[in-house]
Amino acid sequence: MTIRPTSTLTLVFGVMIISACATNNPAPSPAENLLTRDPVATSFRPQGQASLERLAQDDVQRICSEYEGREIPADLVAMISAESASSVVFPADGNYFGDWRAGKLIAETGTGLQSNDDPSKPNGGNCYACHQMAPDEIAYGTIGLPLVNYGKLRGTSEAILKYTWTRLWNSHAYNACSHMPRFGANGVLTEQQLKDVMAFLFDVESPVNKEVVSP
Amino acid sequence: MMISRFVLAILLVCGQSALAHAEEDIFAEYRAMFGDDSPAILVEMDGEALWSTAAGEKAVSLETCDLGLGPGVVDGAYAQLPRYFQDADKVMDLETRLLWCMETIQGLDTIDLRDQPFSEQGTPQTALEQLSAFIASRSKGLPISVPQSHPKEVEAFESGKRLFNFRAGPHDFSCATCHGQEGKRIRLQSLLKLNSPEGARESFSTWPAYRISQGSVRTIEWRMADCARQQRLPGLIFGSDFAIDLITYLGVQANGEAMNAPGLKR
Repeated sequence: MTIRPTSTLTLVFGVMIISACATNNPAPSPAENLLTRDPVATSFRPQGQASLERLAQDDVQRICSEYEGREIPADLVAMISAESASSVVFPADGNYFGDWRAGKLIAETGTGLQSNDDPSKPNGGNCYACHQMAPDEIAYGTIGLPLVNYGKLRGTSEAILKYTWTRLWNSHAYNACSHMPRFGANGVLTEQQLKDVMAFLFDVESPVNKEVVSP
Repeated sequence: MMISRFVLAILLVCGQSALAHAEEDIFAEYRAMFGDDSPAILVEMDGEALWSTAAGEKAVSLETCDLGLGPGVVDGAYAQLPRYFQDADKVMDLETRLLWCMETIQGLDTIDLRDQPFSEQGTPQTALEQLSAFIASRSKGLPISVPQSHPKEVEAFESGKRLFNFRAGPHDFSCATCHGQEGKRIRLQSLLKLNSPEGARESFSTWPAYRISQGSVRTIEWRMADCARQQRLPGLIFGSDFAIDLITYLGVQANGEAMNAPGLKR
C-alpha cells in the first residue's frame, strides 16, 4: 500500500520533467525526426535465403554509407584499410591458381545470394557486371576498371598475386569504401572459387590475356 | 557491299562502347515505332474500367477516392505523389493510396494484393498495376510536383536521401553502388545517376512502364522491390517506409519534369 503514493509521485515528477523539456525545446527538425522512426527495421521481411540479419550493418557498411560520395576522414580510412588487410586469409597451400575455365564461368555468373536464387547452387562472382575482362566478351560493365590482359601486363610475382588475392578477398584494404563486394571476407566466393578467378586473370591460356583474332 | 563495309568500319573504329549505344538505339527505335501508342494502353483501359467498377463489402467503386487533389480527381494526381494524407497521417505513394481507398471506401479485403502486388511474368496484371497505369496516364505532360510542404513529406525526402546510401547485405550494395555515378553501365545496361536531378527526372517521369523484356506493366514500387532483391536484401515490403521514402526522394528531385508514364522500357 505504501508503494502507490510513491509511484504516483514519481509519475507526477516524471510528467513535470517531460513537460519542462517539451516547452524548452523547439520542435525537432526533420533530420532529428528521422531518429524516431527506423525505415530499415520496419520495411523488410525474410525472403528465401535472404534473412533480416542482412540488414544489420558492420562498421565498414555503416561508415561507408555515412560517407558515400564524400571524403572519408583519414583516421577512418586508415582504420578500414588496416582491419581489412589484416583479415585476409591467403591460400593455406600457398597455391593461388585454380582452373581458368571455372573462373570464367564465375566471372560470367550473376546469380547467388539473391532472395530468389537457389542456395544449393554455387554463387557467381558477376565480375563482368562491372569489369571488362576477356576482350572478346562485349557485354561488360564500366563501374570497375578494365582488366583486359590483367596477367599479361602484370606478370605473376608474389607481390602481384598477394595484391590481387587481397583485392578479391577485401577490396577495402586498398580503397576504403570501395564499391567492390568483399568476395572472400563476406563468404560470397569460396577459396577454390577465388583461385579459379585468379587463374582466369593470370593464366596465359585464359581469354583475359589473349588478343582477339579478327575473323 | 560498300555500305556494309562502311558500317563494319565504323563499328570497329568506335569499338565496343558503340554496342551499348546501339542497344539503347534499338529501344529508342522501338519506342519511336509505337509513336504515341504503347502496349500499356490496354492495361490503362483495364485500369479505367476497374476504377469505376463496384467492389468490396460496400459494393462501391473507387470513384470517390482522394488521390491528393480531392475525392475522385484523377487528372494530374499522379504527378503530385507521393504526398501526405491527413486521413492516414502518412506519406503515401499512388499504390499505397489505392490500397487505402480499396480498404476504407470499398471495404475490400486486400490481404492477397498486399502479399502479391505485382504480377508474375506471363500472368495477368494485378489490379494495382492496372489502376497505376490508368492513373499515371492521366498526368501525361503535366509537370512533376511532389510536395514538400508537410513536415512528414520533408522527412520522407530526407530519409530517402539517406537510405539511397544504405549499404548492407553480403555484397555491401546500396542504391549508390549502381546509381551514384554518371555514365556507367552494368553489362550493357546503362545506369542512371539517381542522386542527381537529371537522372531522377528521366527515371521518375517514366514509371510505371511497359517492360518489353517482361511483356507487362511494372510500377515504381516493383522497381524498388526488384532493386532490393538484386542488392541481396530481404523482401522489401510493399508500401513500406523504405520504399516510399526512396520514391519521394526520386520524385522531389524530378520536380519540374513533364510526366511521361506509362513509359516503354527495356
